[in-house]
Amino acid sequence: MVTINGEKVNAAGMKVSDYLEQNGYDLQKIAVELNEEILPKSQYDGTILNENDFLEVVSFVGGG
Amino acid sequence: MIPTREEMEQAFAMRHGEELQKKFAGTTVAVCGLGGLGSNISIALARAGIGKLILIDFDQVDVTNLHRQQYKAHQVGMYKTDAIQENLKEISPYVDLEVHRVKVNEENVEELIGDADIVCEAFDRAEAKAMLVNAVLEKMPDKYLVSGSGMAGFDSPNRIQTKCVTKKFYLCGDGVSDVNESNGLFAARVMVCAAHQAHTILRIIAGEYDV
Repeated sequence: MVTINGEKVNAAGMKVSDYLEQNGYDLQKIAVELNEEILPKSQYDGTILNENDFLEVVSFVGGG
Repeated sequence: MIPTREEMEQAFAMRHGEELQKKFAGTTVAVCGLGGLGSNISIALARAGIGKLILIDFDQVDVTNLHRQQYKAHQVGMYKTDAIQENLKEISPYVDLEVHRVKVNEENVEELIGDADIVCEAFDRAEAKAMLVNAVLEKMPDKYLVSGSGMAGFDSPNRIQTKCVTKKFYLCGDGVSDVNESNGLFAARVMVCAAHQAHTILRIIAGEYDV
């Protein structure tokens, strides 16, 4: 199981880019932290989620 | 009669305590975006006696900004960097200001905010917020970063909170209220988020890292 935004998700073995795409995230409006470290956008495609990983997807909305 | 620098410093120390005030005065904060969030945040930080503010925006004051941004009717048409300098100097004449009238991008970001101890993301567009947050976390991981997302609309101000995402990255806002045609921005709710960001910055300077 992978903990994604605080919830246990059966996503081990998935590429980060696939998870983001399947869950409808707009890549231009997010920041992704994997195990407390920023995951650069260039690595979304090459990073595979492992058991016990912590993934945090921060989605930004407009207004300021 | 404008108080002297010494009088201002004494007043800051009296209100905040000498030790804390020294920390405020020794800190540089970069405020990226000088709209509803950034204009309010920079005023709160200047009032607190922050040593130096790096203020960045490319835009001009528009009449449609006056309902929430800390500018005045006679400043419509001025660049926000010029208008905010004028307003901050009226409030706190000895604060050190460095302004950049430029659009922040991945290429210039390090040069613009490299000298800051703490970076404050105060942009309007979600894409710009994400760009800055990714750039700071990737290229300048030693800096503290305080971002704002979700303060539009008329929902309860109590939904606006501060979250510590990772050790040095704080996110203020309700996280979901996007701005659009039916969901406008209201001064007070934007100010709640701006106040969360400004106070989080002061707490980081004070060494109080919990939320």
